Amino acid sequence: MPGAMRWLSLLFGLLLSAAAWAQDVLPVPPLSGRVIDQTATLSEPQRAALDAKLAAFEAQAGPQIVLLLVPATAPEDIASYAQRVADSWKIGRRDVGDGVLVVVAKNERAVRIEVAKALEGAIPDLAARQVIDRAIVPAFRAGDYAGGLNAGVDQLMARIKGEALPTPRGGAPGGDRRGGLPLQELGMFLFVGVLAVGGLLSAIFGRKLASLFTAVAAGGMAWWLSASLLLAIGAAFATVLVVGVLGVGTVLKIVAMSAGRGGGGGGGGGYSSGGGGDFGGGGASGRW
Amino acid sequence: MMRRALALMILSATLLLGGCGYNDFQRLDEQVKSAWSEVLNQYQRRSDLIPNIVATVKGEAGFEQDTLTKVVEARAKATSIQATPELVNNPEAFKKFQAAQGELSGALSRLLVVSENYPNLKANQGFQDLRVQLEGTENRITVARGRYVKTVQEYNVLARSFPTNLTAMIFSYPVKENFAVQNEAAISAPPAVSFDKPASK
Repeated sequence: MPGAMRWLSLLFGLLLSAAAWAQDVLPVPPLSGRVIDQTATLSEPQRAALDAKLAAFEAQAGPQIVLLLVPATAPEDIASYAQRVADSWKIGRRDVGDGVLVVVAKNERAVRIEVAKALEGAIPDLAARQVIDRAIVPAFRAGDYAGGLNAGVDQLMARIKGEALPTPRGGAPGGDRRGGLPLQELGMFLFVGVLAVGGLLSAIFGRKLASLFTAVAAGGMAWWLSASLLLAIGAAFATVLVVGVLGVGTVLKIVAMSAGRGGGGGGGGGYSSGGGGDFGGGGASGRW
Repeated sequence: MMRRALALMILSATLLLGGCGYNDFQRLDEQVKSAWSEVLNQYQRRSDLIPNIVATVKGEAGFEQDTLTKVVEARAKATSIQATPELVNNPEAFKKFQAAQGELSGALSRLLVVSENYPNLKANQGFQDLRVQLEGTENRITVARGRYVKTVQEYNVLARSFPTNLTAMIFSYPVKENFAVQNEAAISAPPAVSFDKPASK
């Protein structure tokens, strides 16, 4: 027990130090739009035009592109800051993971294009570097930030279009949430119950009788809880399969082998990320 | 009687396995494995890039041979270590592997620094492209290592905290190795900055 206490306090200490560390580096801003300008560099019409362009591209082709302008990323370098932002936003469609993040650190005169793994084929590091060198940097040097971003975004879009990506489905971007959580929970509850009761009854009455009893019980429970006869019959049938045909032990083995998976998601504010972008450090940085 | 005992065991196993973290161990163990594979994957990518870089730099007349040899040697050393997923469970081999890759990182960054002194090399588009690719690979290595560190931390906390440490003991899930800083002493010492002379190469 003292060991556990020590671990708890250590964990607590780690959390505290993580919080303290987080205060030193630039925090990740909330994802409030496709173009987030913290430096007041872009005029409102310029920002709106870029936003509209990215929105149109997302509606037409699917991938999400987000521009973030910050004054400076010190003490971190731009690559690790961009990586942190990309990790927390996870831009890109949930099932495709196609996102691109462009970070500009204006006072440090640094820019980085962060490419999600799904798009690393369309925009390899060298291509990202070329976009920076040929489109973004010349315009930025001349002080034309909106022009540089526009040209850069155009080139990125042209590259992405060459890649065969699934076309977007109708409806809100990133809005394919799976519903029916209560039903899922009900299923889980019945499944565990069937395994427990079925295992017990199998030992007492043998498999055949046990599967019959358990099926009746599971069907009845399903009917009572969901008020659907179809579900009840389905539950009863599945029970016969689990207890009678496969046997409880086999099913337990299958369950033990399969592991659960969790889904990430993020975003907030006016614009929502698809939550599928996995950024592994691909992309390139440049200076002007 | 036997059957009844078996049934009881199954019943309790169903109820208990969820609570004692057995499934969490399965999930995290697999996650650690895949995070480690990603680290190896990126190291491999770097290792594949090096011959091209060396070939390009060799073309530069009078390039410091010493620096070049060090990169080639470090790569040979790093690739001679069999990088398998099982490395994670073998602290000694893990340290060796990490040291070899660290040495290669050092040799490579030295090569890049030295290359700044050669104007021809700086103007060479091929070399600059390789540089971008190498930089991207180093970034990916950093990300992959960072993810591995996080996953192992999660796993190790589970393996050491109560009551899941009992599960770890019974099913033998030992604490896994994590990355450490290679030259801890060098980092903790304050850097010696001198403006008297140009920094020696």
